Amino acid sequence: MADSDLASIWVYLSTSPLLGLTITLMAYSIAYRLYIYANANPLLHPVVTAVALLITFLLLTDTSYSAYFEGAQFVHFLLGPATVALAIPLYQQSAKLKKLWLPLLISLISGVTTGVLSAVGLAQLMGASLQTQLSLAPKSVTTPVAMGISEQIGGLPSLTAILVVVTGILGAIIGTRVFALMRITDDSVKGFAMGMAAHGIGTARAFQISEEMGAFSGLAMALSALATALMLPWLLSIIGVLS
Amino acid sequence: MNFLNGITILLIYQLAGEVSALLLHIPVPGPVLGMIMLFLTLLLRGNSIASVDHTSSALLSHLSLLFVPAGVGMITHFDRIISEWMPITVALVLSTMITLMVTAAIMQWSNHLLAKEVKKDG
Repeated sequence: MADSDLASIWVYLSTSPLLGLTITLMAYSIAYRLYIYANANPLLHPVVTAVALLITFLLLTDTSYSAYFEGAQFVHFLLGPATVALAIPLYQQSAKLKKLWLPLLISLISGVTTGVLSAVGLAQLMGASLQTQLSLAPKSVTTPVAMGISEQIGGLPSLTAILVVVTGILGAIIGTRVFALMRITDDSVKGFAMGMAAHGIGTARAFQISEEMGAFSGLAMALSALATALMLPWLLSIIGVLS
Repeated sequence: MNFLNGITILLIYQLAGEVSALLLHIPVPGPVLGMIMLFLTLLLRGNSIASVDHTSSALLSHLSLLFVPAGVGMITHFDRIISEWMPITVALVLSTMITLMVTAAIMQWSNHLLAKEVKKDG
């Protein structure tokens, strides 16, 4: 009897958006606690843990992604307003922007160009399919914007989401070593490069090192989201990946 | 009420961004155009909007949560990831390293080049 009750409850839950939404929030709060407990180690970034937990759950319960997304879409929807909200940290940095606009503009354009062309070029060289190349192109940009760009150019937004997070983790881990090798000591330079290559995850790492490095990383993240959205279709058409 | 005002303003800017991207055929995601419009509004106003600040910091403090549903979508791309793991890994690792190095090198160089001017500006 209990078994059939459970089964009918499961049938109800698996068709209701409530389950997808609730497990998303639960998985994230577990993942977030683990991350804080591990002193914000980028390897335990909450997105990775939460995604792993949820995929395990979907596979174990044989739930389809579309059924899960019925509920999770309420969280997903907030990406749009969150992208608009990035205007606020950008505005808070506007004093720095005005003072350093020329070096920042030069670094921004070269950083975006390098990020996009090196990703697409290397993927092409290694024989990746066109759709994978397109999904990789916006990998250094903050996730909501990267997904929007990916969709626009014909990539796979959900693949892009994962590639962006992995890029952020890589940048957060290797960043400080790269700067030490290059003997760069200026926190504003380190921060800007971190935000350019590794968006929000790099920015979180930069704030652990210094306030200045974090602020410049946040600035680079916001500027590169903007510049990449504007430049990427054009860059890809120059190298002939997009017509 | 503060939160409600803030989210309403963000949604209005997003809507304006989406509509202008469609009308003007700009290949930029609508929310990015919305972000540009809000940034310009703040610059013109000369100060921030309290309710928007409040809602934004709530949204941005757990920005990572918002990519989780899309990230789970990876489940539909397992085959692609398995068959193309090599080009994907090489592109991610090398491109991230190159981007870090080039951006840092160019910023350091342009700072040096423009150091005098920046000093003059204070």
